[in-house]
Amino acid sequence: MFGKLTWSAIPFDQPIPLITSIVMLLVIAAVAVWVWRNGWWPHIWNEYITSTDHKHIGIMYIVLALVMLVRGFADAIMMRAQQSLAVGASQGYLPPEHYNQIFSAHGTIMIFFMAMPIVIGMMNFVVPLQLGVRDVAFPTMNNVSFWLTASGALLVNVSLFVGEFARTGWLGFPPLSEKAFSPGVGVDYYLVALQISGVGTVLTAVNFVTTILKTRAPGMSYLRMPVFCWTALASNLIMLAAFPVLTVALAELMLDRYLGFHFFTNDGGGNSMLYMNLIWVWGHPEVYILVLPAFGIYSEVASTFSGKPLFGYRSMVFATLAICIISYMVWLHHFFTMGAGADINAVFGIASMIIGIPTGVKIYNWLFTMYGGRVRFTVPMYYLIGFMLTFVVGGLTGVLLAIPPVDFVVHNSLFLVAHFHQVIIGGVVFAVMAGYTYWFPKAFGFTLDERLGKAVFWCWFIGFHLAFMPLYVLGFWGATRRMQHIPDPTWQPWLNVAFVGAVIIGLGIVLTVVQLLYSIKTRDQRRDVTGDPWDGRTLEWLTLSPPPHYNFAVLPDVHGEEAYWTRKQTAIKQDQLIEEPDYQPIEMPVNSPTGIIVAFFASLCGFAIIWYIWWLAILGLIGAFAVFVWYAWRDEHEHIIPVEEVRANARERRRIRMEHLHELSQST
Amino acid sequence: MISAGPSGGLIRRAALVAAACLLASACNRGILEPVGPVGQAEKTIMINSTAIMLAIIIPTMLATIGIAWWFRRGNTKATYMPDWEYSGAIEMVVWAIPALTIMLLGGIAWIGSHDLEPSKPLPGTSPALKVEVVSLDWKWLFIYPDQGIATVNQLVVPAGTPVSFRLTSATVWNSFFVPQMGTMIYTMPRMTTRLNLQADKPGSYNGLSSHFSGDGFPGMQFQVQALPPEQFAMWAQGARGQGTPLDGRGYAELSKPSSYVKPMIYGAVAPGLFDAIVANRTPSNPVPTPQHNRPVPGSKA
Repeated sequence: MFGKLTWSAIPFDQPIPLITSIVMLLVIAAVAVWVWRNGWWPHIWNEYITSTDHKHIGIMYIVLALVMLVRGFADAIMMRAQQSLAVGASQGYLPPEHYNQIFSAHGTIMIFFMAMPIVIGMMNFVVPLQLGVRDVAFPTMNNVSFWLTASGALLVNVSLFVGEFARTGWLGFPPLSEKAFSPGVGVDYYLVALQISGVGTVLTAVNFVTTILKTRAPGMSYLRMPVFCWTALASNLIMLAAFPVLTVALAELMLDRYLGFHFFTNDGGGNSMLYMNLIWVWGHPEVYILVLPAFGIYSEVASTFSGKPLFGYRSMVFATLAICIISYMVWLHHFFTMGAGADINAVFGIASMIIGIPTGVKIYNWLFTMYGGRVRFTVPMYYLIGFMLTFVVGGLTGVLLAIPPVDFVVHNSLFLVAHFHQVIIGGVVFAVMAGYTYWFPKAFGFTLDERLGKAVFWCWFIGFHLAFMPLYVLGFWGATRRMQHIPDPTWQPWLNVAFVGAVIIGLGIVLTVVQLLYSIKTRDQRRDVTGDPWDGRTLEWLTLSPPPHYNFAVLPDVHGEEAYWTRKQTAIKQDQLIEEPDYQPIEMPVNSPTGIIVAFFASLCGFAIIWYIWWLAILGLIGAFAVFVWYAWRDEHEHIIPVEEVRANARERRRIRMEHLHELSQST
Repeated sequence: MISAGPSGGLIRRAALVAAACLLASACNRGILEPVGPVGQAEKTIMINSTAIMLAIIIPTMLATIGIAWWFRRGNTKATYMPDWEYSGAIEMVVWAIPALTIMLLGGIAWIGSHDLEPSKPLPGTSPALKVEVVSLDWKWLFIYPDQGIATVNQLVVPAGTPVSFRLTSATVWNSFFVPQMGTMIYTMPRMTTRLNLQADKPGSYNGLSSHFSGDGFPGMQFQVQALPPEQFAMWAQGARGQGTPLDGRGYAELSKPSSYVKPMIYGAVAPGLFDAIVANRTPSNPVPTPQHNRPVPGSKA
């Protein structure tokens, strides 16, 4: 009846996961009750859970990512504590079977359920606004994508309380992840969660590639798109091509585990090198899926806060697409030490280095964007400069790793761990923190507290360097990664420094929450009435903060590369807005609970597959499919926003803009 | 845990050397203090490449801080060029700087990959010592096919002599790595990789698995003892015939999962054991009687 599921799956004998799970459940229950008592459920259901509004879906992605950041960080600090304690004679407080789950969960959560959702969330919120359109190409599918991602995140977290998580690292290399060596449900949790969220990611890619290629405001040719949209396009193209490879690799491993196939087993003609290749054919482009939109955010920030157009726009676009294509041709650098031969290693090493060229160009272009500007040292600008200083060093260590004979001695070491954290924290996390600060007023109508924002920046910047510079040193000393126990006591001082760094990053995360709460409390003093708090240049600053559901009363006519800036300058010069257009009623997609119902059935089905509860798996599958059928036969697709409402909102907007315009004209 | 089999005084002496080394662990500073030609060459490439890149990166970092600060909004002396967004000359320079750097480093990578290809035999006056390496759950088995002996978690090699490894794994992937000697290489089940290393001077060096392989993974540490060639020959001869033989039964016993295994010696090994492991066959060959007078490759004795 319940497959492999018994009471023994609940870790009654392990206080750490048990207490964590209970606290998590209590927090969720408390939040639910609090929301219910305030009578917010209808609002949350209508405006978020079933919403087809790209902005609200984007916000949900970011909330999911921030929650998962806390979970992933808890794993990180436990690992750092264990490595500081378990030195020499001591075994620390985490036995191997627990420690190995923690580092596997840390990697899986941080990449799939923190970095991916936060980047996709930013793209969701920003791309349609910057393109000057009202929504993505497939609004309901967008909602489904989010909920499938959330379903994967849910399953990973359920593994804490019911059963176990994978102990095989975040990429689950066979044969270790095969049934013969990992008979438990941990790897199944990993596989099923990633398969479900992977479907969501592919749907996102389909959605955004279509949106960017097919729905842009009139006059917005490709070479007038903001660089963030270009990077989003490149990122989604990579997603579209790379994620199916991941799905296939994981599906093959599932066939091995569930049906006794021999794709990657030691016997029956299996070959584990195949998995290594497949997973990195996805895994390396994945890095660029994350970092390209990050580069896009830096480009927007650099230009806005320097008060100048982005330097070398076409160069930036070209560099982005170059990275997009070359990112497929470098995967083998993740296993130079497999003994593939000198020619192969050298070719892939050089291909990897070539990515350094367009990336270097980008650094210089941001530099020259600041050159001749009027740089405002706001929080996003702190992140940009912090990134430029951090990322070039990460690039250096990356090129070192791309030289096969150097990789031969630092591969898999703490040097490698330090490198990829340097490019992911210094590159992606700094970018999303910049983007979060930059677009927050657009999303909620008030800015975040600047002083606390800078404190958060310094925590990340100092914390990162303290946490990871020691790992470079230990990498030189021959320290490898994923060690539950540290054999050499002389490593301990450096590990302790790394622990302090992690604590400082933790302080930064706490301060992020404080900043949010404080900013909400003092929101009336920090309202963004103009819709353009940073003197922006792209179309998202044209509309209200927060924008109406339909974004723009009339789709803007785009002239030139900086659609909003050009329009704003003309208006300031003439001291008047463009002529009032002829407003029309607007058709917007209706809400749909399809996403959350599908995700409910997908989670059931996934959980059932993990525990071999076959009747429930079939039920879940049928349920999920039935929801799609039900959705396909819907009668109502859109609802009409009456012209009176559109006109009234737009006039109010024009009045505010006019006031703002007078202020600007007087100040210049 | 498997306890060490009966072993001679040499083992005890080696253990003492290892303990002394652990105490004064300054003698193990990883890849920055290489003890052989491979590690030395890799360190040189690493330092040269870092220097080349720092020559670009340090000015870039200084320029980032300098430009951002000079062009701050409050600085009235800085010229504001609100429409300056393109300069062909600068574009050319910013593409040329990373491109030229990468061309240089690409050359280094190409030459380095070929010079330091792990499977390439090292030049040496004496013939290479053959060692077959098997990663087990969770310990290292070193088979000396020409000497007819095997060790666990302790690799004894003659100093100044190339060592030619063939490597595989009996279970999951691991990576064989002696940081001070250089290049690591994966050990993969049903496959054989090749590696050539050399320790120039006698000493004791740490070795480890550098690819996660499961619960006992951190216990996969081993010691490399590089002995002067004559001492190595003595050690090999003394080891022969000692302890239990590594036949089918001995191997079955050894392959049971265990971690933090103390070093041990098998004085006799079933021939073809390594190939049997690669082929996933149970070793069945009988263990030969030790022949004390066989010449030992890699020693001058």
